[in-house]
Amino acid sequence: MNRRPEPAQDQDEDPGREHLAPARALDIDPLIENPDTRIVVCCGSGGVGKTTTAAALGLRAAERGRKVVVLTIDPARRLAQSMGIDSLDNTPRRVKGIDDSAGGELHAMMLDMKRTFDEIVEAHADPERASAILGNPFYQSLSAGFAGTQEYMAMEKLGQLRSRDEWDLIVVDTPPSRSALDFLDAPKRLGSFLDGKLIRVLLAPAKVGGRAGMKFLNVGMSMMTGALGKVLGGQLLRDVQTFVAAMDSMFGGFRTRADATYKLLQAPGTAFLVVAAPERDALREAAYFVERLAAEDMPLAGLVLNRVHGSGAGRLSAERALAAAENLEDSRIVDQPDGKAGLRNSPDTYGSSESSARNVTDGGSPATEDVTDAAPEDDPTSTDAAAGDGDTDAEHSVERLTAGLLRLHAERMQLLARERRTRDRFTALHPEVAMTEVAALPGDVHDLAGLRDIGERLAVGRTELSDTP
Amino acid sequence: MSGKGGTGKTTVAAALALALAEEGKRTLLVEVEGRQGIAQLFETQALPYEERKIAVAPGGGEVYALAIDPELALLDYLQMFYKLGSAGRALRKLGAIDFATTIAPGVRDVLLTGKACEAVRRKDRGGRFVYDYVVMDAPPTGRITRFLNVNDEVAGLAKIGPIHNQAQAVMRVLKSPETAVHLVTLLEEMPVQETADGIAELRAARLPVGRVIVNMVRPQVLGAGDLELVGSVPRSAVARSLSSAGLGGARRGGHAERLVEPLLAQAEEYAERYALETEQRAVLAELGVPLHELPLLAEGMDLAGLYALARKLRGQGVS
Repeated sequence: MNRRPEPAQDQDEDPGREHLAPARALDIDPLIENPDTRIVVCCGSGGVGKTTTAAALGLRAAERGRKVVVLTIDPARRLAQSMGIDSLDNTPRRVKGIDDSAGGELHAMMLDMKRTFDEIVEAHADPERASAILGNPFYQSLSAGFAGTQEYMAMEKLGQLRSRDEWDLIVVDTPPSRSALDFLDAPKRLGSFLDGKLIRVLLAPAKVGGRAGMKFLNVGMSMMTGALGKVLGGQLLRDVQTFVAAMDSMFGGFRTRADATYKLLQAPGTAFLVVAAPERDALREAAYFVERLAAEDMPLAGLVLNRVHGSGAGRLSAERALAAAENLEDSRIVDQPDGKAGLRNSPDTYGSSESSARNVTDGGSPATEDVTDAAPEDDPTSTDAAAGDGDTDAEHSVERLTAGLLRLHAERMQLLARERRTRDRFTALHPEVAMTEVAALPGDVHDLAGLRDIGERLAVGRTELSDTP
Repeated sequence: MSGKGGTGKTTVAAALALALAEEGKRTLLVEVEGRQGIAQLFETQALPYEERKIAVAPGGGEVYALAIDPELALLDYLQMFYKLGSAGRALRKLGAIDFATTIAPGVRDVLLTGKACEAVRRKDRGGRFVYDYVVMDAPPTGRITRFLNVNDEVAGLAKIGPIHNQAQAVMRVLKSPETAVHLVTLLEEMPVQETADGIAELRAARLPVGRVIVNMVRPQVLGAGDLELVGSVPRSAVARSLSSAGLGGARRGGHAERLVEPLLAQAEEYAERYALETEQRAVLAELGVPLHELPLLAEGMDLAGLYALARKLRGQGVS
C-alpha cells in the first residue's frame, strides 16, 4: 500500500465540475421556443419524473410566450393540484397563476381513457349502434384499461389535440408502460388486429346469424372459432363477436387514425425527450428507448437526466473526507490533547489506512501540494484548534457536527461518482444523444414555483451545486 | 411484491426469494413484465420461459427463476387442457394469440397469474409441493389490484367455460392466507402516497396485504442535535475543526474555510430531506401494516448487495 499521498488525484478527481463534460448539451429553450416545435413527447420508465418534466416544460414554454397544453396520463395528485387539475374530465383546463407577460397560456388535462374511447364511439357510430357498443361487456372492460388501451387512447387524444390546432405546443407525458415499447406499439397493434384475419373469423358467424352460418365457413375457420370458444368461453366469444360486428363500420377509421398519429410522431414538428434518472435501470430503459425511437424514425431531441447530484466541495474526495471525519471522532474519543499524537503514531489501527496515513503525514501542518497551495495560513488556526481543545461541550458538538458534515460529504461524493459512472456508460453507448441534467431536489414538487424551478434547471442543464466553488 | 416504479421491486423480490430459500427451502422467483430484471440482477443470461436454478442460498436452499411469457403461457395452457398442438399454431398465424395476449381484456394477466398459481400448487410424485415459496415480481402498485383481481373480472366476463374456471381457481389461491402482497416504497412523498392508495385498493378487493418494505433507506449521518447546530454554528468554528482534521487552513480563503459553506449547504439539504422522511415514516406508520427497512447500498446494487439485503430481510423476520 502506498503511503505517499497521490498528488495527481486532486487534479483529476473533481466530479462536481466535470459533470457535463462528455455528453453533448441539450438546449431546452431553443427547442421549446421554436415555433416549428409543435409536439414534445416525454417518455421513459416509471418513477423518473416524467410527468413533472412534462409539466415543467409546459410551464416554461408558456411563460416564454407560447400557447401550451400539457397532456398528462396519471399525475401524482399534488402535482395535478399544483396545476389546478384535480378533476379528471378529459378536457384541457387553463392553468392560472402563470406569468403571462410574454403572451403565453398554459392548459393542462388528464387523460380519461374510457371517456376518450366513448367519445370515439359516439362520434363514429349512429346513436343506436353506439349504445349497443357502449353497453357491450367486452367493450366495457376493454375501454376500462386493459393492456394497450391507455397507450392507444393517449395517442388518440394527442391526435385530437393536434388536429384542433388551438395550441402552439402540445407536451405529452406517456403512460407508465410495462415496457418502453407499448406506447409506440399499441396503435399499430390495434390497427393490425382490426385489419387482421382474426376479425373476419370473429365477424363471420355474427354476420350470418350465429351457428346457422357456420357451415358456410371452411372447416379451418370453424375450428378456429371453436378453439377460441373453448378458450374464452362461449358467452365471452359471443360478446366479442357482437362488439366486433358493431364496431365494423368504425374499423377503417381506427386504422386511419392510428396511422395518422404514428406519422404525426415522425413529423419534423415533433420532438421526443427521453427522461431518466442516473440509475442503472432507468438508463438502461432510456438506452432501449433511444434505440427504439431511432428504429422507428422518431425524432429524438435528447435525454433529460433528472435528479442528478452535485457538490460545491467536489475537490474534497470521499476518502479524504472520511479520513478527516475519523480523525475528528478519534480525537474526541481519546478526549485529551495527546490523543492526536497517539493517532499520528499508530495510523494502522484506524480504518482506511491509506487515507488516514495521508492525513497523518499532513498532520496539523499541511505538507502536500493540495493543502499548501491554500497558503501559509495554517499554523495559528490549526494549532489553535488542536489545542483548542478546551474540553468544552460547545467545541465537542462542533467537532461532532464537522465529522458529520464530512461523512455526509463522503456519501455525496460516492453517490456522485456512481451517478457519473452510470451516465458515462450511457454516453459511451449513445454519444449522439444530447443531454441535459436536472439537479436533485430534496423534496417533491407541488406548486408552480417548484415547476418553474425545475424548468430553470432543465434549461441551465447542470447541477446547481456543481459549479459553485 | 409490488411497488411504485423505481422503488426497487425486482431487487427486493429477489432478496426476499433468497431469504426464503435459506435452510434447504426451494423458492421460485417469477417475473411477469418481460424486462429480464432478474437475469440482470443475478448476473446471468436472459431467462427463457423455463424454470431454472439461478442461485443457492445459505443452508442449501435454492432459488429458481422463471420469466413468464404470456404467449408461450397461452400455448402451454392450450396444450395442457386441449391438446391443441397444430390448432395452436394456426391460431398464432391468425393473430389470435397476439389478440388474446395483448388486446383481449385481462387474458394476459390471467395467464401470468395463472402460471404463477400453477407453480404454487404443483406437487411432486411424493405429493409434496415442488416449491416452498413463490415470489412474484409483480406490476407496479398503481396496477397491482387490477392485475391480481383481473381474474375476478374475467370470471364475471366469461361466466362459464374454462377461462372462468381457471380465473376462479387463481382467485382462490390469491385470496387465501397463503398469499401476501408486499409493497416496496421509498421514503418519498409520491411512492408513499401510492403505497397508501395501493393498500386501500387491495383491501377493497379483499386481497391479502402483506408488509411494506421501505427500500434504499439512507443512513442517519447527522442527528437531531447536529441538525439544530447547522443553522447556528459559527462558520469559523467549523473551519477550525476542519483544519484540525487536516483539511487545510481555517483562515479566510484557506482550504478548510472554503469547504465550510458547501458542506453546510449539503447539511441543509440533508435536514430538509430528513424532515420529509420523518413525515413519510409517520404516514407509513399509520397504514397498519408491518414495516421493514432496507438500507441504500452505497456501492450500488450487485450480487453481494443482494445477499446482504436478503440477510437484512431475514434478520427482520420477513421470511
